[in-house]
Amino acid sequence: MKKFSWLPPTIFVAILVVAWHIAAARQAVPIIPGPWAVLQGIGELARKGLLVKYVVASVFRVTWGYLLAVATAIPFGLFLGWRRRAEMALNPALQVLRPISPLAWIPIAILWFGVGDLAAIFLIFLASFLPLTMSAMNAVRNIPAIYLQAGSNFGLSERQLMWKVLYPAVLPQLLVGLRLALGIAWMVVVAAEMIAVNSGLGFLIIDSRNAGNRYDLVVAGMVLIGAIGLLLDTGMRSLERLRSLRWGYGTD
Amino acid sequence: MAHTLSAATARAVKTAITTKVSLDGLSIVFRRDGSAVEVLDRISLEVREGEFVCILGPSGCGKSTLLNIVAGFLQPSSGQAWIDGEAVRGPDPRRIFVFQERGVFPWLTVEGNIGFGLFKLSREEKAERIAHYVQLVGLEGFERAYPHELSGGMKQRLEVARAFAVNPDMLFLDEPFGSLDSITRLGMRKELLRIWELERKTILFVTHDIEEAVQLADRVVVLSSRPARIRRIVEIDIPHPRDISAPRYLELRDGIFEEIGLAHQV
Repeated sequence: MKKFSWLPPTIFVAILVVAWHIAAARQAVPIIPGPWAVLQGIGELARKGLLVKYVVASVFRVTWGYLLAVATAIPFGLFLGWRRRAEMALNPALQVLRPISPLAWIPIAILWFGVGDLAAIFLIFLASFLPLTMSAMNAVRNIPAIYLQAGSNFGLSERQLMWKVLYPAVLPQLLVGLRLALGIAWMVVVAAEMIAVNSGLGFLIIDSRNAGNRYDLVVAGMVLIGAIGLLLDTGMRSLERLRSLRWGYGTD
Repeated sequence: MAHTLSAATARAVKTAITTKVSLDGLSIVFRRDGSAVEVLDRISLEVREGEFVCILGPSGCGKSTLLNIVAGFLQPSSGQAWIDGEAVRGPDPRRIFVFQERGVFPWLTVEGNIGFGLFKLSREEKAERIAHYVQLVGLEGFERAYPHELSGGMKQRLEVARAFAVNPDMLFLDEPFGSLDSITRLGMRKELLRIWELERKTILFVTHDIEEAVQLADRVVVLSSRPARIRRIVEIDIPHPRDISAPRYLELRDGIFEEIGLAHQV
């Protein structure tokens, strides 16, 4: 039975595509391109070599912005969770920064880094940094006190305690945070590319509209964004299935 | 006169040697939202080396708090706990606290958990120690299993094994079998007694189960409800294995039931 678990979602997607096709074919005034036109659009992008180029450009920016955020936000968040005083001092400021959409930073990003990869990477970094910090901080705070007590009972130094108890104990929660932040990063890259650069999937969408109302290419860009987002999320999810991590997810 | 004095001195020396734990007027007051809750009221107790002492009291009376103070996780508001003549200042690997099965690390396998406290040993010694305790608590075949793949009873045995593996001279057990079903619980008591008779650690065992206390302990310390005071200390003078239908057992058990103010009738 489980073997065919992919079947219902596939059928549902197929129904959606068919409905889309019928709706597009019957429109009096063209307001949406049909699936066939979109597919041809993707083919056209591939022939021009733009498909690979734009996908690589977007993924490149997300990778750098996201990894920079991971490398800085996770240690920072763990530190805030571990040291209550630091959290009390810094958390209010973080809470003020948090509701500011990363898109609000676009003008500043361009001012500082000019139009180009750096500005986009900076925006993605900003977009992932705070959510990652918060999830690392909360992960530490949610560690049952019992684990830390048991750890210190066996004579671990604070450093050993961090490596042998804190770090493994937060890992499952951290993975959830990493997954959510990657989703945010992927959404932000599209917006950043509409304004701050001249390549990538976001640029494709805005450029196709501006240069001749090519809505088939606009929707092609959207479909590609969705498909790659799904792949990224599936990759992150597969980490959660590691045997040594499953305890955090199982119903036990 | 000289004779009695020397006898008293001899007794004092003997007590000094064999006393493991000495609690001297432990009190603790928790302050919450401006109001003070008195939890422990001048608890004084001596525990001998190798003795199995049960601390018995109603839920919420503060017996776990008492155990946490003796283990060094909490500081008393007044009074002092002494172990081996030293004031307790914090947790110590010579004395391991066993939680109700929730203390095993879910990210480590059975082997990893038992070996957790053995980081100072060489690889061979560590493997040997782990194998020994896996066998002692009957977890052979589950060395590579993670805690979420084990039953409640197995997890509890795992935690006991992890504690014994570091060869502590004392164990604190906080209602360790509380979340197990009654059949598993009986098996676990037997198991604990078997290991205790082999290794003779000093054990402080907190429970709210009168039967459990009388089955296990050399002495049962009966606490009052909050703020906890020692109501009575009952010596259980029955050798192991104990016949739980013997008149002496029933007499001791019913004595405690009465002490707590419960008629032994449902």
